[in-house]
Amino acid sequence: MQLARVLGEVVSTMKDGQLTGFKLLVLQPLTAAGDPAGRTLVALDSVGAGVGENVFFVRGREAAFPFYPAEPPTDASVIGIVDHWDTE
Amino acid sequence: MQICRVVGTVVATQKNRKLEGAKLLLVQPLTLDGQPRGATLLAIDSVGAGVGEQVLVVIEGKAAGQALGRKAAAVDAAIIGIVDALEVDR
Repeated sequence: MQLARVLGEVVSTMKDGQLTGFKLLVLQPLTAAGDPAGRTLVALDSVGAGVGENVFFVRGREAAFPFYPAEPPTDASVIGIVDHWDTE
Repeated sequence: MQICRVVGTVVATQKNRKLEGAKLLLVQPLTLDGQPRGATLLAIDSVGAGVGEQVLVVIEGKAAGQALGRKAAAVDAAIIGIVDALEVDR
């Protein structure tokens, strides 16, 4: 799992039927210091996150788990909205 | 998922049995500004995308197999949506 900031949303009408009704978010992964780290990506939303929020997301086949028993074809999903984080 | 542009089609008569009937497209990953980024890759298409369109591509085996609708298929990338609009607030 990784921290990320939601930069935007993707609008897609023609898409896999298993994705109907889900929100697609553009994410920028973050370092622990809150700086951008690495490539932006698109993830499926499972928690109702919105633009500007800090979230955490999961990659890989586990990204479909939040939607069980549905198995949408996703390789990344937002699974939490971060209220705040602290580092030492 | 990555935002990519479809840059070509691929025809292969002889291929793995699990890939029969699957449409193969060449896609180029893009930055949010629409610039090419990294190597082009082959993805199966399940939404009817065409050359020049911006698409959403899953790059993970289980998700790609799910898009193809076949279990244990030898695929690792699939087009799962055509991008109508990208609303980015930076």
